[in-house]
Amino acid sequence: MASRPAEAAAEPAQIPSQKVALTVNGRRHALDIDPRVTLLDALRENLALTGTKKGCDQGQCGACTVIVNGQRINSCLTLAVMHAGDEITTIEGLAEDGDLHPMQAAFVRHDGLQCGYCTPGQICSAVALLAEHKAGWPSHVTADVATVPALTDTEIAERMSGNICRCAAYANIVAAIRDVAEGGRS
Amino acid sequence: MKPFSYERASGVAAACASAAEPTAKFIAGGTNLIDLMKLQIETPAHLVDIGALPLADVEETQEGGLRIGALVTNSALAADMRVRRRYPLLSQAILAGASTQLRNKATTGGNLLQRTRCPYFYDTTKPCNKRVPGSGCAALAGLNRMNAVLGVSDNCIAAHPSDMAVAMTALDARVETVAPDGAARTIPLDALYRAPGNTPHIETVLAPGELIRSVVLPPPPPGRQRYRKVRDRASYAFALVSVGAIVQRDGTGRVALGGVAHRPWRLEAAEAEMPRGAKAVTEKLLAGARPTHENAFKLPLVERTLAAALAEARG
Repeated sequence: MASRPAEAAAEPAQIPSQKVALTVNGRRHALDIDPRVTLLDALRENLALTGTKKGCDQGQCGACTVIVNGQRINSCLTLAVMHAGDEITTIEGLAEDGDLHPMQAAFVRHDGLQCGYCTPGQICSAVALLAEHKAGWPSHVTADVATVPALTDTEIAERMSGNICRCAAYANIVAAIRDVAEGGRS
Repeated sequence: MKPFSYERASGVAAACASAAEPTAKFIAGGTNLIDLMKLQIETPAHLVDIGALPLADVEETQEGGLRIGALVTNSALAADMRVRRRYPLLSQAILAGASTQLRNKATTGGNLLQRTRCPYFYDTTKPCNKRVPGSGCAALAGLNRMNAVLGVSDNCIAAHPSDMAVAMTALDARVETVAPDGAARTIPLDALYRAPGNTPHIETVLAPGELIRSVVLPPPPPGRQRYRKVRDRASYAFALVSVGAIVQRDGTGRVALGGVAHRPWRLEAAEAEMPRGAKAVTEKLLAGARPTHENAFKLPLVERTLAAALAEARG
């Protein structure tokens, strides 16, 4: 990882494609792809799973959030070839037997969206957030990091700061997440 | 992205051998490198993916500290109860940076080696000595509000963006590396980074193919710990100024600054002033500071942030 000047690399005459098997929403897909393809592009272009959205393509907006091995990540900042053997969950994998995931239902109930473009990323992020909180993770707004904080609205907002909503549906997004966290319907 | 070949390393020695080529690079979390590759600021011909190497554990050391594997994610490290209880400064610093999505991918080694967010390093239409050696520095007379005020040169005023490294510097962390020839060495984190001088493109003392295996924290120092960060947004933004402080009852302790230099900034002479308060410490810390037309505000902000951090640490 030593730093070097950004010199132009000699381009290989032909880019060898790379074989990788991706497990997405429980289904295994064998791909033979250019190693430059991001996980986001592989999902959308190779597997036609277009629920995951491309926003900034540089890890700032969160629209591309997917869940890999239980943890949310920006799929735009990782290469598909790096995910052999991983369990990838996208927005398409959250509903079960045609029933919306509780977080999806809560977003509908609380009107946690306007245009909807950021929503798949918001929902994947929110689902993982609850798991992180359940595992006892602290956040930047946790007063004492050695404690396990209650999931207040301030905690939810901080933990969702990697997902931007251009329509500013934030208040209702927080309400939807709080609703699911409390295990009820409000 | 420029074309590259990709290899998933199966062992540390093989990874180092592959990455010893000058056009090769290690990749771990990839959150910074892939971004830079998309912009063709980084153009490796070969990527060595170290993600499968067994370097993702946090272990107790015999001396009573912790050894953090280079692949431990920022999230895992911040959530580790041993870190939260014994090194709260480190948890606080990590949680003050980036977003959860990024912290879930970003690794300990990669965080230390991330590149600056100077806008001219990213703008390939402008000169940047770090990106294209000898091309000049557009930041000197440009938008440089976020840039460094200490340790700068006429060739580069880029700041190191890590929060984690600030806490680790205050905690006297050591970096353990292994080279392609198998040689292992330990580098105090303070000595990992090189001053920009005339070669701002050479950022660390690491040799090509030298891999960070782990970061060792000595036993926690006595005193209360506090990380305080000032930024333009309440969350998910780089520091204008940050302070990592460790304060004992008698007022002695340690201070490291972030957002002000090419590395976390720590000075023995400044720490000697700690019982006399933030003003005295700041005077020493900022000796020789060279602020720009846009970032002179960082100097008073250091003192105020330090005063606040010391007050919080004292409880």
